[in-house]
Amino acid sequence: MKKILTVSLALLFSLLAFASISGCKQEKASEDASTKTEVQDTQKEDNKFGGVLVFARSGDSVGLDPGRETDGESFYGSTQIYDTLVEFEPGKTSIRAALAESWTFADDGLSATFNLRKGVKFHDGTDFNADAVVYSFERQFKEDHPAFENGPWKYWGYMGMSDIVDSVVAIDDYTVKFNLKVVEAPFIANLAMDFAAIVSPTAGEKYGADFTNHPVGTGAFKFVSWIKDDNMVFERNPDYWGGDVYLDRLIIKVIPDATARWLALQKGEVDVIDFPSPEDLDAMKSTDGIKVVEQAGLNVGYLALNTEKAPYDNKLVRQAMNYAIDREEIVAGVYGAAGAVAKNPLPPTMWSYNDDIEAYPYDTAKAKELLAEAGYADGFKTEIMAMPVARPYNPNGKKVAEIMQAQLAKVGIEASIISYEWGTYLDKCDYGEHEAAMLGWTGDNGDPDNFLWVLLSKQAAEKPAGNIAFWKNDEFTDLIFKAKQEMDVAKRTEFYEKAQVVFHEEAPWVPIAHSVVSEPMKDSVQDFYLYPTGKRVFAKVWLKK
Amino acid sequence: MNENIGVPELEESPLKEHWHSLRQNKTAMAGLIIIVLFLLVGIFSPVLAPMDPLEQHIELRKSAPFTNGYILGTDDLGRDLLSRLIYGARISMIIGVISVSISLFFGVIIGMISAYYGGIVDKIIMRLIDMMLAFPYILLTIVIVAVLGPSLTNAMIAIGISQIPSYARVVRASVLAEKENDYVLAERALGASDRELMFGSILPNCLAPISVQATLGVGTAILDSAALSFLGLGAQPPTPEWGLMIASSKEFITSAWWIVTFPGIATLLAVLGFNLLGDGLRDILDPRLRD
Amino acid sequence: MIQYILKRLTMLLPTLFGVVTLVFFMIALAPGDPARVMLGERASKEKLEKLRADLGLDKPLAQQYTLYLKRVVHLDFGKSIKSGQPVMNEVKERFPATVELAICAMIFASVLGIWIGVISATKKNTWIDYTSMVGALVGVSMPVFWLALVMIMIFSVHLNLFPTGGRINIRYYFSPESNFYLIDTFKYLFQGHPEYFLSALHHLILPSIALGTIPLAIIARTTRSSMLEVLKQDYMKTVRSAGIKEKRVIYRYALRNALLPVITVIGLQFGLLLAGAILTETIFAWPGIGKWIYQAIEARDYPAVQGGIIIISTTFVLINLVVDLLYSVINPKIRLQ
Repeated sequence: MKKILTVSLALLFSLLAFASISGCKQEKASEDASTKTEVQDTQKEDNKFGGVLVFARSGDSVGLDPGRETDGESFYGSTQIYDTLVEFEPGKTSIRAALAESWTFADDGLSATFNLRKGVKFHDGTDFNADAVVYSFERQFKEDHPAFENGPWKYWGYMGMSDIVDSVVAIDDYTVKFNLKVVEAPFIANLAMDFAAIVSPTAGEKYGADFTNHPVGTGAFKFVSWIKDDNMVFERNPDYWGGDVYLDRLIIKVIPDATARWLALQKGEVDVIDFPSPEDLDAMKSTDGIKVVEQAGLNVGYLALNTEKAPYDNKLVRQAMNYAIDREEIVAGVYGAAGAVAKNPLPPTMWSYNDDIEAYPYDTAKAKELLAEAGYADGFKTEIMAMPVARPYNPNGKKVAEIMQAQLAKVGIEASIISYEWGTYLDKCDYGEHEAAMLGWTGDNGDPDNFLWVLLSKQAAEKPAGNIAFWKNDEFTDLIFKAKQEMDVAKRTEFYEKAQVVFHEEAPWVPIAHSVVSEPMKDSVQDFYLYPTGKRVFAKVWLKK
Repeated sequence: MNENIGVPELEESPLKEHWHSLRQNKTAMAGLIIIVLFLLVGIFSPVLAPMDPLEQHIELRKSAPFTNGYILGTDDLGRDLLSRLIYGARISMIIGVISVSISLFFGVIIGMISAYYGGIVDKIIMRLIDMMLAFPYILLTIVIVAVLGPSLTNAMIAIGISQIPSYARVVRASVLAEKENDYVLAERALGASDRELMFGSILPNCLAPISVQATLGVGTAILDSAALSFLGLGAQPPTPEWGLMIASSKEFITSAWWIVTFPGIATLLAVLGFNLLGDGLRDILDPRLRD
Repeated sequence: MIQYILKRLTMLLPTLFGVVTLVFFMIALAPGDPARVMLGERASKEKLEKLRADLGLDKPLAQQYTLYLKRVVHLDFGKSIKSGQPVMNEVKERFPATVELAICAMIFASVLGIWIGVISATKKNTWIDYTSMVGALVGVSMPVFWLALVMIMIFSVHLNLFPTGGRINIRYYFSPESNFYLIDTFKYLFQGHPEYFLSALHHLILPSIALGTIPLAIIARTTRSSMLEVLKQDYMKTVRSAGIKEKRVIYRYALRNALLPVITVIGLQFGLLLAGAILTETIFAWPGIGKWIYQAIEARDYPAVQGGIIIISTTFVLINLVVDLLYSVINPKIRLQ
């Protein structure tokens, strides 16, 4: 027995030693094993071509049908496979042509016509044409459409598309017309979002409900395989309409823990990692062979003060809260290098962000003064709801709440922290059961309307509310309503800037921070851009050999 | 319990005898000493803790042990780790005692009824217990917390509930062995009521296996509550609960080993104390296992 | 024998029925609304109600329950709310990963545990015995997730000996068939690519040790006390007096007889590992069933939680049955009733 054990242990260790050694040669061996056929391809072009890129992220996709899913992780996968009629410029929120070569709005603003790109093929070899566009959209809102039952088509609903779009009609093979119900400036930006991706009708019909596991699009990469909770593999689409795709293969791997992702990058197991822990960012930036690509996120994290409940129905108290909370300390303690202090409800990268507004400084004396003026000289007791999950706009709600609790104690406000399971949490917020609650928002389409209207308009204060401060201000709502109906960007900017001044004075929130999205990667990864809307696009990424 | 103890009430002598053998048993004594230490730390935590466990010094976050005047360093919000561990002892002791009391209370009643009445009652109860035992224990706890909502109180309740079946089994087994004894039959003949018999006569003679189970149970409960907190289902911040402290330290395995290490060692020691004592007690009280 | 098995199997039915009922109502009583979780930060009342209707959540509970029972009988656990995929498929994709990990953990725990137990018993009351038994107690007193973190900290971060998680080097591109990676990569051993198999093995070591520690301690203790029991028996004296070498006496005669309770413990622990892997899987990024159920609970994905727990409980009960049968095979003295 003992002998067997000794022998087997010895054997095990020698195997391991071998494994560690062969680990160093891994890439070569695996290339030999599975990419032999592509070697010739790789050599004939210049050195941008070739290689496998591994992208480590925090969670798995739910599905790969971009119309059906709502979570960012699903879009990480589907974005590689699918294209939209119009798209965001790399790293920006401005729109450019994609599968549509051009588009025009009718004079009354109630229809839009798209001229489609010719000669584009889906990964299954079928043609991209007007019918495919009609199919991709109609399945999301026409209840008699055969693919409608494969829904729910949630994002279509989120964006209120049924209130905007009346019908989608194919004029000829390469012309599509959207008939609209209202004049809506942000409509075109909606079409750049993932849910508006164009899918292959042939594949959609073939797979039915299982289409989400067999995605077929026109994108830079073809889908190869997906092991749930583990990895997804894509390979280059050699016929990509958008020009050369350099990577042989793209692997998206799930590593839930931020520190584990960072370790995997250090060990060279992966090339790019998502959502680094703010704790590790400094170390990452100073590590040889690692670089960090950063982009201010299109998001805002805030503490909403329920203006329907005392004492937050008092403007002075709300302002006092803004003076009493030290955002700098919160950002230092929780966001680290990955956050910037917020003063407006809009992120600074958004057009119409009003930088002339002066943030409330951290000033306990001023806070106490305002509290006394409001009749709360001895402070008061309150309850802060802290999010149970990490979100892009707030990596750790409970930790932020802990810091706030300590800060508020200094001006006599005794805050207790409470948290619920995420679904319950959102419910309580939407029905106004909270006194003060932490929440946030990530922009969908790069339009200020997508922040201000959904989060702060009077209309959004109807329960279940998006405006969880239940702040009903006529002046503010008028301004942003006018901006919605206006097509001229300069005029819209003016309305939005004025609206932010009203917001600042009335202080329905304590804006906390805008998080900076950071993507650490190996130095060899080239031409990777972060998109403010949260997309991860690898179509033009290449590896320096 | 062996058959010689035919007396209805537990007299002093066996207790004394047990205390004597406890003192002889090195494992049990080691366990007892650890437990007493942790209890003292728990009771006197406000006196012992050098600092307020909730006070933050963000500028001093992640100070290493023996720097900036912190013996065990600070955590990610600049709170004194030692003070948090000391207060954590209080929380863990409370968790252990409360969850075990819950399982003990229901376990004893259910086990007693099942064994005492026997027949169909016993069959039904045992079937229900089998059902609960068919549920992997950790999943049962998690589902109960999911039903009740995540909080420290609910974690204690969940742990208490999911342990009921094993207590009920232990109690049932020892009551079955006890209830046919002469003294029980004699008292019944004298007209003692069922309740008097169950809880007045039989129960005191079944205390040995129950106390072993309960001692070990405190350790298990501390471990389970740490696991629940680790999954975000137990204690909520800023409570200085050990499992929660380990959970929030995950980010620091590359940068601050002390935040990871110390709460785990504290948990380990406390649980070890109860396991040592429980083991020792079993040796003393159950002569069959004595080597 | 067959009759006995059939009898035991029919006895399982009410237990399983109870499990299904218990799970269904516990989950249904849980606060939180799956529709709500799915729609996230941006839901309107109409959309919520529509989604609830689509998911069948607006029907009375009793009706939902009878419908569910009917489907479970046909092994149809419905579709996961989150992914829209049949729960059975989701489980099938993840269960092998958990089973593979649990088996490796159990092999580690059994081999080492039995060995330590035997040594302790034969060297009773020496420092070896004391150290092993205190070690075993420490093993059961440790929070598993903490041990896992500390092991990663020491062996992966500082010594750089092991990967931090995952099942295989991600750059080794192969398509799993059985989803047991040791089996799937085995054929590559003889095709000039032993690194596939070795990588899978390499990735299994730390999680197996973490998951196997508690069973290891329990097995060691059980083996020791069972061995002591056997060594006291009269027939051991007979064997010894026959002049057989001590080693042979211990491993051939004593251990064989002492193994019975150990096997029970191994079976029981194996069942527990399948569910108890939640924490280990979370830390080692192991794409198994435990983590999946946990995520499903968080997302209020009722069908997934119900299906997952029922499948795990059934496996657990079946393993216990197999252990019982094994027990009676090894020890013919035990009569099957």
